[in-house]
Amino acid sequence: MATLQRRLWDHGSVRFGVAVLAFMVAVALLAPWLGTVDPAAMDANHINKAAGVAGDFALPDGQAVAHTFWLGTDNFGRDIYSRVLFGSRISLVVGIATAILALGLGGLCGMLAGYFRQVDMFLMRFMDGLMAIPAVLLAIALVAALGANVATVVIAIAIPEVPRVTRLVRSLVLTLREEPYVEAARALATPTPVILWRHILPNAMAPLLVQGTFVAASAVLTEAILSFLGLGLPPDVPTWGNIMAEGRVQFSQQPGNVLFPAMFLVPTVLAINLLGDGLRDVLDPKFAKRVG
Amino acid sequence: MTQPVLLVDNLSVALPSGADRPMALQDISLKLSAGQTLCVVGESGSGKSVLATTVMGLLDGELKVSGGSVQLLGESLLGASQARLRALRGRAMGMVFQEPMTALNPVMRCGEQIDELLRTHTDWSVQQQRRAVLDMLAQVRLPDPERMWHSYPHQLSGGQRQRIVIAMAMVMKPALLICDEPTTALDVTTQKDILQLIQTLQQETGSAVLFITHDMGVVADIADQVLVMHRGVAVELGSRDQVLRSAQASYTQALLAAVPSMTPPPARHIADTPALLRAVAVGKTYDTNRALHDASVALRSGETVGIVGESGSGKSTLARCVLRLIDPSSGEIFWGEDEIATLPEARLRPLRHRVQVVFQDPNRSLNPRLTVGESLVEGACNFGMGATEAKALAEQLLQQVQLPVQAMARYPRQFSGGQRQRIAIARALACRPQVLVADEAVSALDVSVQAQILQLLRQVQQQFGLGLLFITHDLRVAAQLCDSVIVMHQGQIVERGDTATLYSQPQHTYTRALMASAPGIAS
Repeated sequence: MATLQRRLWDHGSVRFGVAVLAFMVAVALLAPWLGTVDPAAMDANHINKAAGVAGDFALPDGQAVAHTFWLGTDNFGRDIYSRVLFGSRISLVVGIATAILALGLGGLCGMLAGYFRQVDMFLMRFMDGLMAIPAVLLAIALVAALGANVATVVIAIAIPEVPRVTRLVRSLVLTLREEPYVEAARALATPTPVILWRHILPNAMAPLLVQGTFVAASAVLTEAILSFLGLGLPPDVPTWGNIMAEGRVQFSQQPGNVLFPAMFLVPTVLAINLLGDGLRDVLDPKFAKRVG
Repeated sequence: MTQPVLLVDNLSVALPSGADRPMALQDISLKLSAGQTLCVVGESGSGKSVLATTVMGLLDGELKVSGGSVQLLGESLLGASQARLRALRGRAMGMVFQEPMTALNPVMRCGEQIDELLRTHTDWSVQQQRRAVLDMLAQVRLPDPERMWHSYPHQLSGGQRQRIVIAMAMVMKPALLICDEPTTALDVTTQKDILQLIQTLQQETGSAVLFITHDMGVVADIADQVLVMHRGVAVELGSRDQVLRSAQASYTQALLAAVPSMTPPPARHIADTPALLRAVAVGKTYDTNRALHDASVALRSGETVGIVGESGSGKSTLARCVLRLIDPSSGEIFWGEDEIATLPEARLRPLRHRVQVVFQDPNRSLNPRLTVGESLVEGACNFGMGATEAKALAEQLLQQVQLPVQAMARYPRQFSGGQRQRIAIARALACRPQVLVADEAVSALDVSVQAQILQLLRQVQQQFGLGLLFITHDLRVAAQLCDSVIVMHQGQIVERGDTATLYSQPQHTYTRALMASAPGIAS
């Protein structure tokens, strides 16, 4: 499939999205080696420092290190630069894990609903009910019920996405199950799970992948929203949403505490969305001609 | 005064680099006078539709005219501006496409769609336009023009829709009517009416008709002149009788020879063995719609039973019932001795190898994500064969359907339509079936490929003693292949009999109408 890779890479949105995301992943992975300090460490001597100020930073173990506060410090004396870089880890993990979970659950429900008429009615009415609850509200309720840590935040963001993925997969399966090659497989006595796994799922993969990128982008945003509202991960965990939430109170004096994490958040979401658009253009036959 | 309506001179159209050949059209010349019909005939990929779109000025952006000229009533079309072409389309040339549903706007009343042309191209008053539209609707022999004016396309039948499209094309009384496979999507009886209508309109208006088709039977029915195309080259141009009776080019001869005859070959002797497949009074009802009632069919080893009928006749429903791809609402189905009409899937599965299927659309009958080898071994493995053994069997079957063993590792998209149908046949044979159901298995193929696939079906039938249930809308194909034929109409079997008798003495009025509608060289 060398030609497919070629076509993907030739697409501007895909290239931009991949480049930005690769940069973000590199930042997240290499955060400890990029001149950061412990993101949770507070130094009372360095409260609300302006961006670019240098000084000795006292670590929790009492040791002091020479450090430049590239993006300043917050009102607890924590280094924003370190917090933003470490925060990218949480955002990316939440984004990717949510997408995988939502696709997995939604894909399974969608295949069941699309292929088995007996469960379709029940499952889809349940999904309709789920869709009627606003996503952020549902996430807030779930986090409140389950307690706040990365796993529950991922679950809380993924659950409201499941109905959308289910609907997409169900409609794909409804068309694919009528394909002659699926009927031929039935005539060949292929067991139903194998038909779903071998004949239906791979042919539904392209739109599913595209949907996954949009789920990931919205998950990154939703995680920031939850944290910003104080309902996501605990304040000591550096996430972009938490940094902005804490920076909000003194936005007029220290706008950087909100703007710097936003400068990471916005390109990340944009990059994921553009990647999704590009994937759809290349993989979806309905758009193939316009690109080709 | 003898100026031709359409004059194409040495027209060449280049394909983009990377296509299977450099030129879509190469040095095509033709002359079409008023009141004449020129049929452009060829197989898929011959460039016949490119010719039509070039004349209309609707050529796809990737294709470029690289030489020659096209003149409509003495006016050159190739250099004409888009505005001029738009003015000419509709006024001087009308077009009729293959699929009437997509050619019409589904949310606009039919009358308004015809009227739109008059509003664009004339300065007539509203009353004048309305009268012209109603006249035109009457002229295309639509009943109750007033009601048709107010109908939406989905409220009409396929034939009526095509009449609306023809009315749109003809309302400005264009000098040239271009028809691109206008009857291919229609049933034979409807096709006959539409062809007659085009001829009548042509006589009334004196238009010249450029008629694109793949069907030699249609050519025989309506053409004055015939242009035979093959891979972008005009292989033969001449009067209808000249081309059909004494074709010069070997390609034309081969094309004509591949058209199956309406006369059945001498009957074969079929040994009287117990039926491999038997359906007794099978019915299928969707909600309140009875798609199939009381259909019975029996099939012995080595026998071919044809089921012919038009779309909606219930022939595919019957096929899917006997395959148990859908559950029949009533009746009994026997696979050998076993009654399977209501058997649950789990108990049916071990018996499924007995009855296999080949579908119509070669593009969709193979999973695009599996290699040919993976598709071929699936059936055998499902019935407990080991992987190595199944692979050996698949390779052997590939040779049997005349494909190289290397095909195993390739994907379906790397094969032509005919090759894919061969693979589909090999896949069905891999689990050693007793009965093969072919649901329009050759209908999407060009005639020459069709002939090869029919030959292959005969061959495997003989070798494995298969019972073949052959579903088709094509009476010619059925005549050549089937020992007996069942005619279906509106969900019911209206007539059955051995092929020779049925074709020579059709009893039922519908069968007679069907036989009379088949376009043909012999008829």
